[in-house]
Order: sequence, then structure tokens, then C-alpha cells
Amino acid sequence: MFAASDLRKGLKIQIDGAPYIITKFEFSKPGKGQSLYRCKMRNMITGNQFSQTYRSNEKFEKPDLSERKMQYLYNQGDEYHFMDTENYEQTFITTEQLGDNIKFLQDNMELNVLFFDDKPIDVTLPIFVNLLVTIAEPWAKGDTSGNDTKPVTVESGYELQVPPFVVEGDKIQIDTRTGEYVTRVKE
Amino acid sequence: MLDAKGVQSRAAFFQAIRSFFIDRCFLEVDTPIRQPLVIPEQNISHIPSAAQFLQSSPELYMKRLLAGCGRDIFQICRCFRHGECGRLHLEEFVMLEWYRVDADYFDLMSDCEDLLIFLQGAFSGEGLPVSLQQPWERLTVAEAFTRYSSVSVSDALQEDIFDELLVEKVEPHLGIECPTFLYDYPLALASLARQKTTEEGVAERFELYISGVELGNGFSELTDKKTQRQRFVEEYSRMEGECSGQKRLPEKFLAALDSLDRAAGIAMGLDRLLMLFWGENELKNVVTFSCEELDL
Repeated sequence: MFAASDLRKGLKIQIDGAPYIITKFEFSKPGKGQSLYRCKMRNMITGNQFSQTYRSNEKFEKPDLSERKMQYLYNQGDEYHFMDTENYEQTFITTEQLGDNIKFLQDNMELNVLFFDDKPIDVTLPIFVNLLVTIAEPWAKGDTSGNDTKPVTVESGYELQVPPFVVEGDKIQIDTRTGEYVTRVKE
Repeated sequence: MLDAKGVQSRAAFFQAIRSFFIDRCFLEVDTPIRQPLVIPEQNISHIPSAAQFLQSSPELYMKRLLAGCGRDIFQICRCFRHGECGRLHLEEFVMLEWYRVDADYFDLMSDCEDLLIFLQGAFSGEGLPVSLQQPWERLTVAEAFTRYSSVSVSDALQEDIFDELLVEKVEPHLGIECPTFLYDYPLALASLARQKTTEEGVAERFELYISGVELGNGFSELTDKKTQRQRFVEEYSRMEGECSGQKRLPEKFLAALDSLDRAAGIAMGLDRLLMLFWGENELKNVVTFSCEELDL
């Protein structure tokens, strides 16, 4: 159990049977008043956000969360299948649960899958992923638009801005936290 | 840790405050930081020190001195409140308290105006998020709740949501264009303040706000011994935590009230004031050593 005084940004608590992560936190205490713990939280399964103010006597259950190292295998419609790299157990996660992470998935990629009460709810990608450029317009010589980047599409279907020298067939490194181009990779 | 310029500016700020009060014939006093008894007030958790407690405020000693000296006094000291940590809270902080004889809470509001305008003159005050040009806003708690929370004060108290509404709905609107005095608090929230003679259930208490940040809490002192004793007993019954076993009343303080007639006093958080003058929005950026930098 957590006490109200344990609440802070980043803490995961369970409310009405669902896991929540605190995304914003502020301690307040009006003059002569009581301690108030103001939280903004995100439901880790549905993504729904809500704000709530707690008093110091409140208690919170700790959600049963665990992380397992898994490998991405393939997708079938909305189901993205993963395999536990230790015991070869397979499970799937839906498109909705994956959200923006889908942009950076690559066959056989190893990543961490987050389980709540033994059900997968989210993945944690490596910070950097290397993806193959599948579509890149050649840099128009004499382009005077002043742009120093151009759009390309990578194997996952994700489109991003890269420097003009990147061509189809290149592998590029992308920062999964920002979705931005980092460097061209030689393999 | 503050850099050399920061340490110097912080010192100059405190020195200017001292000179403000000394120039106005206030006597600078000092009182024990460790106290054998805590002020009977719910909602404050004290930090034990051997068999005593670190002060949450020098209030009771200050009022005994006020009664004993019969003249205006002030003090800049350290106060401690267990479990209060955040952007605007420190477990150890610097408090300025001043007390005046033959004065009431409106006199203290004028003092606040004079002090802040004096400080703005002494330093540039360009970090301040509001203009100090007078008049400042004066808003009763009742008006503020009606205007900003759509729940009346009496309903808020009855439903036990006063603090939540104050923090979430009211405070964000206070001290935005100019500083705001929020005044005339419900009596139940002013254990040591005098009741307004013209309005039942209302105490002559106010808070000063700038940018939604509460800076100081002042009131006309309750100097009636019998009423104060009764209020303390009520506060005891609502107290929780490590001091809830304390049943002994601060008798010497109560006795001193006999020598006090009209008086008023205020406590102001100087770290918060400095934070606003420096244009910062977290206390940790203005204290010499922040909580994360305590290790030696």
C-alpha cells in the first residue's frame, strides 16, 4: 500500500482495479488548512487521464505490474504478437494499446512488455532503433526552398524528416522518445 | 547551492527587511526554536527534537513578548513542518513574523503593502509577476468562493471541501494583476484570531496572495483568555499524529493574554517572497541549499 505522502510524479497506483501512472503532482496546503496531494493520472490501459486531489489519510494499492523481455514476431490485423525470450510463451497486444510505438516496431526486435495482472498492456521500446528507409525522394538539385531536410518513409510505414543525403536502402537511427532522426547507420 | 551572487542577493533581501522594520521602531527579538509544547493547531505535523519539538512558528513566544514589552516586535527565524515538501513547501523554511500593539488586521495589510513596495524600491523587483501599484485587491473569503467556486463558504465547510475548493478553484485567481488580500475567514479556520464584532462566525484573518502563491497569514489577535482556552481545547480534539497526546495547554501564553489588549500579528514565508522577487517558481531555486543538496 502507498500512503498519500508517497504520491509523486511517476508513481504507479491502482484505482478501481486499474493501474494509473501519476503524470503531474503538486503538494498543496492552504494556510491553517490540511495537506492536499493533487494528482493528474493516466490510466495505463485505456490512456484516459483524470485529476484528483487526495488527503493525507488516503491509501492506495500497488498495481501488480511486471516487465518481461520479449521479441516482436508479426502482426495479424490488429494483433501484434510477441514471444517471451526465456520461456517462448507467446502473447499479443492490440494496435490501440501499442499507440505510437507501432511506428518503430521491427521484425524480431527485442523489447520490454509491461504486464498488469498477467495481461500485457504496453511495451517499452529501446531508446534508439535502426530502421530501413523504404521510400525517399531524391534531393532536388538546386532546391532553393531553404529546407535542409526532406521526408522519407521507413519499413514500419513511419514518415519523418531526414537530412538530404539519406537515400532509399539506407538504415537510419531514430530516437523513439522524440521520433526524430539521429544518424545514418552503416551495417 | 546558490552561487555567490545568489547568496549575496538573498542576504541583501533579508537585511533590507530587517532595516524596514527597525526604521519603523519594531524591536527585533529572538525566541527558542525548540519548544516543549506545540501550538494546539490541527493540520500541522511537528518534528520532534529530543523530548521537545522544533517550532512550526514562534507565534506563542512572540505574543508573550508582545504582552511583556508592550511595543511592536519582529523576528526572522527558521520554522519546521514535517511532511510539507513541494514546489511551494519546505520542511525547513524562513519565516518573518511581526506583531503590533494597538493594531488590527487592516493595519497589517498596510504594513504588507509598505514592505513589498519598499523592497521593490530597494531591489528592482523586475522578477515580480504583478504590479505593486496601489490599490491592491481586497476580497473576502465569502466573495471569493461565490465568484470562483460557485459553492458558498458555508456549504463548502459543511460538505468538508473548503480546502479543496480554495486550492483548486479560488487560489489560481488570486494575486494575478496585483496582490490580493483574501480576508474575513470562517472562525473555524482561525484558532488564534479575533472574531469580527460585526459578523458572526467570521474572524479578522487574512492571507496575502501574489500569482496564486500564499505569502502571509495575519490576523487581529484573540486576546480573550477564556475564548482562547476553549478554542485550544477544540483544536486538541481534532489533532492527529505524534502530538495528539498533548493535553497540557500553554498556560503561560494564556496568562500573558491578560496584558494584551488590541494587537495584531502576521507570519510571512520569506523564501516564497524571495522566489516571487526573483521571478522563480520553485522554492528550491532560492534557498541556499535545497532539499536535494543537503548531504555534506
